[in-house]
Amino acid sequence: MTSATIQARAPTFLDEVIENTPGSDPRLEMCIQCGTCGGSCPSGPDMDCTPRQLFAMINAGMKKDVLSCNTPWFCVSCYYCMVRCPQEIHITDIMYTLKRMAIKEGLYRESSATSAPEFSETFIDYVENYGRSFELGVATRYHLRHHPLQAMGMATGMGLGMLRKGRMDLTPTRIKNIDQLKAILAKAKELGGEQ
Amino acid sequence: MKYGYYPGCSLEKNAIAYQLSTMAVAGPLGIEFQEIEDWNCCGATEYISINLQAAYALVGRNLALASEQNLNGDKKQLVAPCSACFLNLKKTDHYMAESPELTEQVNTALAAGGLHYDPGEVIVRHLLDIVYNDVGLDEIKKKVTKPLYNLRIAPYYGCLIVRPGDMESFDDPEYPTSMDKMMRVLGAEVVDFPMKAHCCGGHMTQISENVALDLIQRILKNAADYEADAIVTLCPMCQLNLDAYQEQVNKHYGTDYKIPILYFTQMIGLALGLDAEALGFGKEFVDAGPALKKIGVKPPPKPKKKRKSKDELPMPVMPEES
Repeated sequence: MTSATIQARAPTFLDEVIENTPGSDPRLEMCIQCGTCGGSCPSGPDMDCTPRQLFAMINAGMKKDVLSCNTPWFCVSCYYCMVRCPQEIHITDIMYTLKRMAIKEGLYRESSATSAPEFSETFIDYVENYGRSFELGVATRYHLRHHPLQAMGMATGMGLGMLRKGRMDLTPTRIKNIDQLKAILAKAKELGGEQ
Repeated sequence: MKYGYYPGCSLEKNAIAYQLSTMAVAGPLGIEFQEIEDWNCCGATEYISINLQAAYALVGRNLALASEQNLNGDKKQLVAPCSACFLNLKKTDHYMAESPELTEQVNTALAAGGLHYDPGEVIVRHLLDIVYNDVGLDEIKKKVTKPLYNLRIAPYYGCLIVRPGDMESFDDPEYPTSMDKMMRVLGAEVVDFPMKAHCCGGHMTQISENVALDLIQRILKNAADYEADAIVTLCPMCQLNLDAYQEQVNKHYGTDYKIPILYFTQMIGLALGLDAEALGFGKEFVDAGPALKKIGVKPPPKPKKKRKSKDELPMPVMPEES
């Protein structure tokens, strides 16, 4: 072959999703549209589109439609699709990637799962500040904001039961070396391009 | 047998019964646990949805501490009883081994806290794995003093310990049997439970309750159809969803399920003749009393409700007849 230069094409949305998924190759481009993923998905019926459809949309570069879909937020991380996929695509990991991208682009607000990212954020807020999760804090802060009526029900019903049974703390526990953890997480966020 | 131990946030409080029973059976089974000092949360399924680098660095700190504290000499095996913690720890190690770029990122972050972790330094294992494979069924059988005869158990594995498929697993990803065999060795009647590896809904109870209740209901219905006296599990999230939301499922679907959700370590403890209260019985929402009675175990006393004094509040009373 002569010294023809290979023209690099501009990265597509598919490239972007693959690039942002950890571990080895997530094999997303290998999808053969068989639908085993959607058929195995316990929350498939409640999703705007099944993982199979979503992967076709990613391939077609439909970024905005993909990232405003509720599918990744309704993924329960059960990994059924991943063990059954004949092409061994890392489907669950890709769902996490899509969640992160939807937050970054602010598109999750378009989906029917608008409160899901805030649940995650409330949860990790305690982890970042205490080093441990704190159920009572997460439940009250998140639910009072999004479903106040449900929060009342939880407080009088299950929440009270959890306290009575000694299964819930009233105050969060802080790890000893929280400063070390905070320094590590700050550095990690910096690496991820966050301030 | 010595192991490093990562209890995880749930076992500190909401899954206290799991922690109590794990500690109670460890000695008799010849297991010695050394807890990682100053461990932090694994991030559950939440951190990775928000920030990739921070999520792996968070887990990386635990792995680095486990390695640094040299928990059990050269072997460095780390045991997690919670399925989510187990998966996060194992997956981080696995992906770091696969991707030098990720390893570099995690270690750059860890260096800010004076820590370092090389993938493969710690071997992450689930509690069920070590009890089944390292202690072994023969050894457990020898220790059984109070067999769980006549108790029908539906073994429930949930999702995270046998999947995902690209990592080595100690059991089948869709039809695991290790806990089935273990319960049989304890003398229980084991139900061939079709929903054994299906999802409990995870955090969907917080995001879309209808989806969550449907998933929980499927598992309860299946166990009830098979006339199980109890569902036995190995994951705090599964236990919480099936136990604490059972009443809500009943209200929502007009059902009347009363299936106690117990930990496999509690069942081992009962078969070894240990005291029910010391094994954390009584912490469950759906009363395990009837199941315990079936195997001749006295349920722990229920906390007494304070009787209100008659004079406390001005209550209407019937006039006394003269």
